[in-house]
Amino acid sequence: MSARDDILGAVRTNKPAIDAPAPTVPNYDNAYPQGADRLAALFAERLATMGGTWHALADGQSIDAVLQDVLADKVGKPFDDAVIASNVPEVAGNRPLTESDVPASVHDVDIAVLRARFGIAETGSVCFTEAELTVNAVAYLAQHLVVLLDPAEIVANMHRAYQRDDFVNANYTVFHTGPSATADIEGVLVRGAQGVRSLTVIPAPATPA
Amino acid sequence: MSGNEPNPAATLQRATPEAQPRPAKAADGKRVDHARSAKQFLNAPEHAKSHDTRVWAMRTKRDKQAHTIEEWEELRELASQIKTHTLAHLDTYLEQFEANAKANGIHVHWAADGAEHNRIVHEIFTEHGVKRVIKAKSMLMEECGFRHYMDSVGIEIVETDLGERIQQLDGEDPSHIVVPPVHKMRSDVARLFAEQLGSDPDNDDAHYLAGAQRDATRPLILDADAGMTGANFAVAETGGFVVCTNEGNADLSANVPNLHVASIGIEKLVPRVEDMGVFIRLLSRSALGSPITQYTSHFRAPKQGGEMHIVLVDNGRSKRLGMEKFWSSLKCIRCGACMNTCPVYRRSGGLSYGATYAGPLGLILNPTFDAHRYSNLPFASTLNGSCTNVCPVKINIHEQIFGWRQVLAENGHLPWTKKTALSAAGKVLASPKGYRVAIKTTNSALKHLPRWALYNRMNAWGEGREMPSPPDNGTFHDWYRRNRLKNQAKTPNEGDSQ
Ligand code: SF4
Repeated sequence: MSARDDILGAVRTNKPAIDAPAPTVPNYDNAYPQGADRLAALFAERLATMGGTWHALADGQSIDAVLQDVLADKVGKPFDDAVIASNVPEVAGNRPLTESDVPASVHDVDIAVLRARFGIAETGSVCFTEAELTVNAVAYLAQHLVVLLDPAEIVANMHRAYQRDDFVNANYTVFHTGPSATADIEGVLVRGAQGVRSLTVIPAPATPA
Repeated sequence: MSGNEPNPAATLQRATPEAQPRPAKAADGKRVDHARSAKQFLNAPEHAKSHDTRVWAMRTKRDKQAHTIEEWEELRELASQIKTHTLAHLDTYLEQFEANAKANGIHVHWAADGAEHNRIVHEIFTEHGVKRVIKAKSMLMEECGFRHYMDSVGIEIVETDLGERIQQLDGEDPSHIVVPPVHKMRSDVARLFAEQLGSDPDNDDAHYLAGAQRDATRPLILDADAGMTGANFAVAETGGFVVCTNEGNADLSANVPNLHVASIGIEKLVPRVEDMGVFIRLLSRSALGSPITQYTSHFRAPKQGGEMHIVLVDNGRSKRLGMEKFWSSLKCIRCGACMNTCPVYRRSGGLSYGATYAGPLGLILNPTFDAHRYSNLPFASTLNGSCTNVCPVKINIHEQIFGWRQVLAENGHLPWTKKTALSAAGKVLASPKGYRVAIKTTNSALKHLPRWALYNRMNAWGEGREMPSPPDNGTFHDWYRRNRLKNQAKTPNEGDSQ
């Protein structure tokens, strides 16, 4: 443990002797629209700029029908053969996930359907913890993500997001903002760099368990 | 050229793409000759132009993002204050972070330098029989020479960031901290992937190339024994850390194998979760001009059935903390904005700096690692202050660059051309008034001096580039006095710092 004591000792000796109190961080959310619907509209707009798709259900449309509508020509196989892992009661899926799954084993998933813990209007981000993912790796190894988001669970901005207690309680908390992306080859934007190729958000109030 | 004419240059480019410039690297113990390497880079005009365009595009997008946020300047000030506060209490926050991380079941290690970091990680890998590691991009691990070390002990490292993977396959260092292969053109990547991954050498479409890499890397990811990430921030209050990527590759590295090792520089600490709001809002907007990275990942404890290690690395940071003029460089959040805005970086390419950190932050960080080797770097600047203006944590970068020139001169690290130039520059820059007079003289001198006086060996920045033409209306100060000051009741003293 000597490296530890040496480093801490050097830091103690060398740290600048200045009175520098931690500032208070304002919420900066006065200009945000009030009400779940208007916040959801802003969310949808920001999500689109990050490459995600907002897909509200048409009257009587099922979530299964949306999956087919949005992803049938993207899965690269007949839609009936698509491997669908669902963590939400609204969609049955055909590939159950359990906490004891070896993470690499979920690489066969074409579409993962998850519920977001909350959303952030400022950036169009959805948040998951291990509770929503079951197997964390599925959110990255699946080819496509479909996310149910309760419009009542959209916060205005980052400051509001970080006031939630998830970061203190969950082992893993992640914001997804659109699908995986890269511009590492001559600045050309490519979706689906290493992780999911597409991300679709469906507004859907949470059903009581 | 009109639209109807065939473009012989374009046809030629397809047939024989310009070869990728590879600036010479200084041998061990030798001084990096930035100006010479930059010239080698500029000798490939298509690459030089592509680099300049792409890097400037990031700067332009950054400005657009900044302008959409009314409180942008307040956020920069808050970020700066949070970092100052943290660094002034760094020992306490490190201890708090360690205690919380341990309570969450994370193994915490401390490394004084890169060699110790590599040894510690190697030990963890040996214990677990690790043969292959998937790794996210980490500038700290670059500092430590981690990949080279692992090569030498026979552990395979697979970079999962596309840009870093390109550089790994090419046996080259990253040239930009955010976009490692920003100096490469797609023709370079097509050639490299054809050689290394067996892709079609004639297809240089970015989507095709990224797809080829995805297909080639995926089996390696599924089969890895351990994952490594760096960290953008470490939160003392939770004992957790935050990693930002656009590809989701840090999440793959951390979540697919059971063993996760994170290397974290001791300056990455922030006190509270709520501080993250400030930094996440600033980071990607400053870096790439996007509102946020696609993935912002918070790791607080090992996943179920998994094991997590953190290596806290000093590698010169505690020493830098004691440097009165330079400690605030530890606030750096590695966004790269200062590089994107720097006229010298844009025109010289990152590899010409011969160091882990290129551009303005490189000028102020690298001499703390090796004053002799990097003694030329603080001169690779026009001191125009643009870096300072974009820095999200308000580091006085250009003043520190000038400060390093003085320190290096005092310690006898300068080659003679620099010494001669500096003694004059030092006198002039020491007084604001003298500086303004000098700027005026220089501007008129630029108009009238013969070419040989500007483009000679004494003036490294005259080599390989044309000097900008001086503004017709005199200096900014002249303009300011004419247009602004005359309308103001109170005139600031000439000697006021601006
Ligand atoms: S010095 Fe400032 S602008 Fe440059 S990389 Fe660091 S934080 Fe960004």
